Amino acid sequence: MAGVNRQVLPGFSLTLGYTLFYLGILVLLPIAACFIKAASLSFDQFWGAVWTERARAAYLLTFGAAFVAAIANLLLGLLLAWVLVRYSFPGKKLVDSLVDLPLALPTAVAGLVYAGLYVENGWLGQYLVPLGIQGAYSRLGIVLVLIFVGLPFVVRTVQPILEDLDPELEEASASLGATRLQTFRDVILPTLYPALITGFALAFSRGVGEYGSVVFISGNMPYKTEIAPILIVARLEEFAYGEATAIAVVLLVISFSMLLLINLLERRSMRHER
Amino acid sequence: MKRLFAAAAMSALLAGGVAATETTLLNVSYDPTRELWRDINANFTRLYEKQTGIKVTIKQSHGGSSTQARAVIDGLDADVVTLASYLDDDAISKTGLMRADWIDRFPNRSLPYTSTVVFVVRKGNPKGITDWPDLVKPGVEVITPNPKTSGNGYLSFFAAWGSVIVRGGSRQDAIDFVTRLYKQVPVLDSGARGATTTFVQKRIGDVHLAWENEAHLEVREAKGDLEIVNPPISILAEPHVAVVDENVDRRKTREIAEAYLTYTYSDEAQEIFARHFYRPNNEAVLKKYLGTVFGDIQRFPITAIARDFPDAHKQFIGEGGVFDTIYKPKGQ
Repeated sequence: MAGVNRQVLPGFSLTLGYTLFYLGILVLLPIAACFIKAASLSFDQFWGAVWTERARAAYLLTFGAAFVAAIANLLLGLLLAWVLVRYSFPGKKLVDSLVDLPLALPTAVAGLVYAGLYVENGWLGQYLVPLGIQGAYSRLGIVLVLIFVGLPFVVRTVQPILEDLDPELEEASASLGATRLQTFRDVILPTLYPALITGFALAFSRGVGEYGSVVFISGNMPYKTEIAPILIVARLEEFAYGEATAIAVVLLVISFSMLLLINLLERRSMRHER
Repeated sequence: MKRLFAAAAMSALLAGGVAATETTLLNVSYDPTRELWRDINANFTRLYEKQTGIKVTIKQSHGGSSTQARAVIDGLDADVVTLASYLDDDAISKTGLMRADWIDRFPNRSLPYTSTVVFVVRKGNPKGITDWPDLVKPGVEVITPNPKTSGNGYLSFFAAWGSVIVRGGSRQDAIDFVTRLYKQVPVLDSGARGATTTFVQKRIGDVHLAWENEAHLEVREAKGDLEIVNPPISILAEPHVAVVDENVDRRKTREIAEAYLTYTYSDEAQEIFARHFYRPNNEAVLKKYLGTVFGDIQRFPITAIARDFPDAHKQFIGEGGVFDTIYKPKGQ
């Protein structure tokens, strides 16, 4: 017991206790409830609920769309963060605040507005639909709204790192004869990897969990544009709580494994940096 | 979690209400009935205070019907439930919150009003839609919400199915009809409101299968852009009312709750239902509006196509039911 107090910083046990309690109540307890509810099913019932052909199509779409959207956000977010940190232009503060807006807007509104824009008689749809680009009631539509809701994450994780980046590093790289591309690729980018990966993971998880905006733009056609959370709602509608939570458990397990993997990747990239 | 929160907040609210001298009732209902119950509540509270001297405040809660049922099951302190379908009442009753004979407590199987599913079409009915078979003509796009996630959705499905069966078609004819029908549904919105938005604001589809009361509001809002088509045959929609026994006994509100629901059968309340485009139970009141507000539709009960609502839902909509086979990719 006495050994604990030898830490230089005070209050370790207090803050650790608080953290565990907080995480337990906010995160672990609801997830545990989910697992317990799902455990009320027999194995056959569980498997029958989570592994139908239709459910598999929905998982693939949910994770696939979230992945594509997170990749898009990775590129877009890096670009945005770069512009916001490295250039100064009138209205920069405004653009900077706009980045967080997707977090504040109820996502159902985003879904409705996006669908309205991309339908055949919408502002954008009237030009895009004749070209064969269906932005509403399609998989593309799902990716579009997921890019919207995930936008802030990469920007906000990369921005502070870029701000702290010493310009002398780039000057040194240039004076040693590196081209601008080499400087970017070999000097700047590696320092950004951990932040990029974190931003990607956040945007990806946000996309997997998103429901409000997607139901309004996807059209919810089974096997085509039906995301997994829709299946959960459908089972709840039958008052089949057990089956609904079974699907939720599958989503949780897949998401958690992917997040763990991403975390490991991040660790590795940090070690590389040193 | 959100539901638990809502339940907690609601009980806190109600506890506050009881502490004061006046009595509160909570009526848990479904989405489109907000204005209807506001009118009925205002009239009932006035009448009840005059008759008994007791001041009642009636709180309303609205949302998707089965979501509301789940909230009540999870602990939302409803004194009365006025939900969209027997399925939802049945789910509550199965938990023991309502006694099994709940449906026989009020006249006409606890149905002060009924409704049905009608068609809404664009101005001038350009596709010439008058009856169910017209919905599967080539080039006709049908808007109706997902039967799996929406009460409006499964009622439309039952109506479509029954339109074949009640006219003497076989089960296979009915399967063929609904399969063709749902192939002409370009968007399966998750709820009734979403489907209305798709049809009205995004101008997608030629015909919208809507609750009769919602169809009237939709057409009135559109100011001439839309019209109602009454199919010759459709489903008898049965939104029951019920007292939640366990809650009223605990809160000692049974007497008022029962008086409240009994009041919905009075001539005054029946008129209010009709004015909000719900078909009143009272024949005399209904007759006044028949032909003008309400079309002449042969409304078949659910027993024409299944044992009851739960049976119909299981056979047609539930996991592995008829609806699931419609979307199965070919060759499976």
